[in-house]
Amino acid sequence: MAKKDVIEVEGRVTEPLPNAMFRVELDSGHEVLAHISGKLRLNFIRILPGDRVRVELSPYDLTRGRITYRLRT
Amino acid sequence: MAIALKSAREIKLMRAAGLVVAEVLDLMRERVAPGITTRELDRLAYELITARGGKPSFLGYQGYPASICASVNEEIVHGIPSDRVLVEGDIISIDVGVIMEGYHGDAAITLPVGQVSDEALRLIAATEGAFHAGAAAAVAGKRLGDIGAAIESYAAEHGFEVVREYTGHGVGRAMHEEPTVFNYGRPGTGMRLRPGMTLAIEPMLTAGSARTRVLPDGWTVVTADGSLAAHYEHTVLVTEDEPVLLTAPAESVV
Repeated sequence: MAKKDVIEVEGRVTEPLPNAMFRVELDSGHEVLAHISGKLRLNFIRILPGDRVRVELSPYDLTRGRITYRLRT
Repeated sequence: MAIALKSAREIKLMRAAGLVVAEVLDLMRERVAPGITTRELDRLAYELITARGGKPSFLGYQGYPASICASVNEEIVHGIPSDRVLVEGDIISIDVGVIMEGYHGDAAITLPVGQVSDEALRLIAATEGAFHAGAAAAVAGKRLGDIGAAIESYAAEHGFEVVREYTGHGVGRAMHEEPTVFNYGRPGTGMRLRPGMTLAIEPMLTAGSARTRVLPDGWTVVTADGSLAAHYEHTVLVTEDEPVLLTAPAESVV
């Protein structure tokens, strides 16, 4: 069974954008454009600027990601 | 990251699991034909695996609901067996994992259903060829990047793309172990290979673009452009000389 090739990182949401997209500043200092995973959307978990989130990056496009989890603060 | 190097005893156990995987794939070769459903194939696989005293590695893995992955046509990997009936001209990738006495074997093949297009046959052959090119580089002293580079260049020479978002992996005590085995890379880069490493090398090739998306079932990975995809995999033991295919059928090696 093939393994999904993703990198998981954490960061902080800096700016909400249209279409459930967010700008996220990663702990590494990089900034990525992240969309929100279906599970978060289904459960109406609201993501606000300043929230800490877990982001999945695909190693072949490190500028885009998927927010998979809102970390408790 | 720590890589588990397997002892001779562990390799024996992995070979035992690998033989059951090989037996299941042989059964699939016999039974894949127009008219059969992928659920029926899954049931046959389950029965054979349990009759041999093993357990399907995939069943229940992160909630995966079946014993095999059955990926048809534009489905690349992780297709869930269903009531879908195979028809003449389809191609089907079947991925099987077996755990016995704590050790896993993992392998996959792509099969034509009846008569298929020339393009489909070329894709299937190139995917198998890409695997063998990669496996040939799985020798102690070489590096992980040599495997990926061999796969990528073989695919490119045959006019096909390699899926990048899904990868091979170490395998043994767990189904997914370190390291990640990329199907692309640069020669001479990456981790050095050592005897006792056991790697699931599994190229996935596409006839069109290799971009992927996941269906709403959360598992099935398809080509974004709907083009055909094929998958081929063995569990490979790295040694000082020839790589050993732990999931090959009994008569061939070991």
